[in-house]
Amino acid sequence: MEVKKMKREKGYTRKNFLKGIVIENPLFVSILGTCPALATTKSIEAAIGMGLLFTIVLICSNMLVSLLRKLIPEEIRTPAYIVIIATFVTIVKMFTNAFLSELYSTLGVFISLIVVNCIVLGRAEAYASKNNVFDSLIDALGMGLGYMLALITMAFFRELLGLGGFTFGKIFQFIPLTTLQIIPKGYEIKMFQTPAGAFIVFGLILAVLAFIKNRKAELKANIEKREKIRKAQEAKEAALKAAVNNGGNK
Amino acid sequence: MNMFIAFLLAIITSMLVDNVVLSRFYGICPFLGVSKKVKSSLGMGVAVVFVIILATVICWPLYNYVLVPAGIPYLDTVAYILVIASLVQLVGLFIKKYSPGLYKTLGIYLPLITTNCAVLGVAQSNTDQGLGFVESLANGLGTSVGFLLIIVVFSCIRVRLESSNTPKAFKGLPIALITAAIMAIAFMGLQGLFVRG
Repeated sequence: MEVKKMKREKGYTRKNFLKGIVIENPLFVSILGTCPALATTKSIEAAIGMGLLFTIVLICSNMLVSLLRKLIPEEIRTPAYIVIIATFVTIVKMFTNAFLSELYSTLGVFISLIVVNCIVLGRAEAYASKNNVFDSLIDALGMGLGYMLALITMAFFRELLGLGGFTFGKIFQFIPLTTLQIIPKGYEIKMFQTPAGAFIVFGLILAVLAFIKNRKAELKANIEKREKIRKAQEAKEAALKAAVNNGGNK
Repeated sequence: MNMFIAFLLAIITSMLVDNVVLSRFYGICPFLGVSKKVKSSLGMGVAVVFVIILATVICWPLYNYVLVPAGIPYLDTVAYILVIASLVQLVGLFIKKYSPGLYKTLGIYLPLITTNCAVLGVAQSNTDQGLGFVESLANGLGTSVGFLLIIVVFSCIRVRLESSNTPKAFKGLPIALITAAIMAIAFMGLQGLFVRG
């Protein structure tokens, strides 16, 4: 363990935190946890609520799994993790019901369904069971935040196009009710609030990401190609020069 | 007779009108992940039907005759997920012993079902809505058969998509999601079919 710590590169914590947000974004890159991403993104507020609850569960379960990683036998680890996750989900559910009942009724059964969200179990299995508590906490924070940002991105388009603007204060009632109408009433596309709209928005976002990725790969390939041609030319010139020099020497 | 018709209506409602995948968003992960081939989607769908029906049959009495009398109804999620996880293991063992052929086709999908939200979603929503046993069974049956139907149809479309000429950025998942959106629009047309009762 000590040796491992010594070898740790500088800035690992930062990298560990940031990877969940961009490079390994659970929703847009790994395509995990798609059910709540489609079901709870009708409004930005619901997306924030879902993301928050999800992050809390992920942090708690990741830390506990990491603490118990040497105690849980290899053979029964999946059921053990599921029970840990389900316990935290139940706690979070009861707290939400007591203090944010509006959020509770909006998300409905999807709070319970955090239990079967592949990201939580996946992080427990892939990361928390192998790393120390602090690293697991950072990992959970990054992943949770990345997931929340992804949900907000989806909700942004769905609420903007489907309802024509944003409403805050409906679910988090401690915020004063504010409405921001961007598209005039009557011109919004209601379809984006329906399930079909959720699929379309998700598909288009993935297509845009794939487009950017393809473009980057193309650019990189082009640069490499040019570099290759340049190198080949340089080698040719060098060979020519050498031949001329040789000829001069003779 | 009247009850039978109500039972049938409830099944059709949860199968077509309120389809699991396209309007309730349960089980999107296997819907996208295991639908590249018709055969594997069929296997996944049948396994889900199996597990959902068994889970409904077990979870309803568990909640009403064990958790409620014991005064711990808030532990429903923990209890259900344990039931589902062990059920999946048991079904796997059972099929392996009695029908190795079936195990070969279903076996690899069984572990995936534990984290399929459709199973827990059905059990949980049955409890949350306070449905009776027969209604729960109808809901479970309708939901799971609806899942089977939609994943098989979707995989048939995806096989065609594979060989069609799609823009490069849309290859794979994006075009599949757009397809699912069009399917959802088609299923929205069924919403006027029955009044949920």
